[in-house]
Amino acid sequence: MLAVLAAFVGELRAAGLPVSLTENIDAMDAVRHVPLDDRSALRAAMAATMVKRPEHRPAFDAVFDSFFSLAPATVDDDGSDLSALLEDALQSGDADAVQRLARLAVARLAGMEEGRGVRGSAYVFKTMRMLDVDGALARLLAGAGWLERDGLTLAAQCLRNEVEAEVRRRLVAERGPEAVARSVRRPLPEDVDFLHASGDDLAALQRTLRPLARRMAARLARRRRHGRHGRLDFRRTLRRSLSAGGVPADPRFRRPRPHKPEIVVLADVSGSVATFARFTLQLVHALAGEFSAVRTFVFIDGIDEVTHLLAGADDLAAALTRVHEEADVVAADGHSDYGRALTAFWARWGREITPRTSVVILGDARNNYHATGAEVLADLRRRARRLWWLNPEPRSYWDTGDSIVAEYARHCHGVFECRNLRQLEAFVAQIG
Amino acid sequence: MAERFPSIQAVREGLAGVDYLADEATAGVVFLADRLDKPVLVEGPAGTGKTELAKSVARWAGSRLIRLQCYEGLDESKALYEWNYRKQLLRIQAGEGPWSELEGDIFSEEFLLSRPLLEAIRADEPVVLLIDEVDRVEVETEALLLEVLSDWQVSVPEMGTVSARRIPLVFLTSNATRDLSEALKRRCLYLHLDYPSVEREREIVLARVPELPAHLAGEVARIVRSLRLLDLRKPPSVSETLDWARTLVVLGVSELDASLTESTLHVLLKHRADIAAAARELKTAG
Repeated sequence: MLAVLAAFVGELRAAGLPVSLTENIDAMDAVRHVPLDDRSALRAAMAATMVKRPEHRPAFDAVFDSFFSLAPATVDDDGSDLSALLEDALQSGDADAVQRLARLAVARLAGMEEGRGVRGSAYVFKTMRMLDVDGALARLLAGAGWLERDGLTLAAQCLRNEVEAEVRRRLVAERGPEAVARSVRRPLPEDVDFLHASGDDLAALQRTLRPLARRMAARLARRRRHGRHGRLDFRRTLRRSLSAGGVPADPRFRRPRPHKPEIVVLADVSGSVATFARFTLQLVHALAGEFSAVRTFVFIDGIDEVTHLLAGADDLAAALTRVHEEADVVAADGHSDYGRALTAFWARWGREITPRTSVVILGDARNNYHATGAEVLADLRRRARRLWWLNPEPRSYWDTGDSIVAEYARHCHGVFECRNLRQLEAFVAQIG
Repeated sequence: MAERFPSIQAVREGLAGVDYLADEATAGVVFLADRLDKPVLVEGPAGTGKTELAKSVARWAGSRLIRLQCYEGLDESKALYEWNYRKQLLRIQAGEGPWSELEGDIFSEEFLLSRPLLEAIRADEPVVLLIDEVDRVEVETEALLLEVLSDWQVSVPEMGTVSARRIPLVFLTSNATRDLSEALKRRCLYLHLDYPSVEREREIVLARVPELPAHLAGEVARIVRSLRLLDLRKPPSVSETLDWARTLVVLGVSELDASLTESTLHVLLKHRADIAAAARELKTAG
């Protein structure tokens, strides 16, 4: 058991979970107290001792399922019609029905054979397609009301999880837990690379964004309140001195009120970096209350202000889609041209940049060999309070090919690599 | 080792006995907290029963509940202990005998005001300590908790160290408005309390609002689940679900339809934009 646990913790760490030594020891201790044949109790015990952030739970579950999977269940195939079972299972949402269906479907449709070096996800995909889950779901959804729709979607999600679990179970029996855990390893939400994120990863990112924004807002607000002492508050000091016989023993100070920064964001929304711009804009707008003003401009080779589209929008994701449709960002050929966009910005809005404004530029600085427009940045820096550049590309790619980060970096107060949520969070934390 | 609870199943049944329906993970963590003598950090959205968990455990185990409500600016004198200055002053003024004697006298138990943490440590009977909304205190204040939670002792410079006579069961709750320090998290068992599943929420509604007809409880749970799937500023919490269920009882509702739901949405949702979004969905649902 000890060896299994050690391998398990090793795999958790490889998946990026920060499991400390004390937590490891606690887990070993906890395991002694739960019945080992109770799988869910074991899972709860390990999760409670080693996973201290809800975002890390899916990664933990994936590893746990590989290491402590049940032996593949033998299903008695009574030859029942799968599509009828599927409709029943989706409509009732009954966990047992879904599980039974998943087992039958994998046994019958996945075509798993020993010794084939096929990835688990391929089997899952094949099963789901042969079962025609999407088709059945669409048929049922068409005739369903709002409440039933959610039930159906959740049941379908449940089915997918069960199929994945069943496939994994069979793979573990064949290949051993370490190999399977490695093959299903996915980056944690905060480590997902903006530029190469899959649809599922993006959905996971999206879910972490709102709590993250709330945490960051609290942090920014707190730091503003807990600055240094302000100036002496003469009136209150005098009032306090009365209780000490007129001696001002306890000087009182005014609360410092540092002004909130004013943020102007220029975002490159061309295809290659659109996801990055999207997440950054969402985060900045979710934090709007912590800044005295947020203005947003988007560009490809033309530039347009989109503040009015984003401000006060309840559904930022939808608003951002509108940005892509309505903003006038293509001036010539629709390929990024930083020089042209920056020049246009400076000519039209340059006078509105004041010493209270912090300017953040989002983009990979891949200029398609156009004129750089770096002199505009020099002007911008002279007028603005701060000028930052966030680049979603790995640092090692900077200044290769048509990337001219160094050219722009000379004029910025800082250029940051911003490939994932973790780095983005670190950046926002320091601008407040 | 305390061994208050015999098994995970017993914890579950015991909590159900005081109308707190715990899922397996929750019961497991409570059980482990007892066996490992570790505090439990309960995190999750507002209104999912974090505080209620601690209260229910106390009620079930028949222990006294000591509560420390955290807020910004909480300090030692409010969390640990404070010397009763006025009483000390009186003692000095009334003073007889040499100073050395007097000094020993005014820094004794008699002049110590225990605050929740010290009180929990010094208690003779079994207690449950609830440290509520720990994410509200500053990072520096968190350090106050560390000595108490890992070594079960409080150092009072004038008196020495006070060690726990019995290790209390400790619950810390947090709404995750900020990241707690690693040091604190490392010392705790972690429990993430999320919104319950439809079935569990239905049971919770039935347990807490027994006047509500059973078929309505299912409806209520399903509607609330669907509301939570919408992208809302503040999804309805379990306590709001219960409020809604009680509203329906008061209104004497026997069938739930879209228009009735819409007219009572303000019990569940507290943002204008959220109510509008939910009403829109209800209209399309017909």
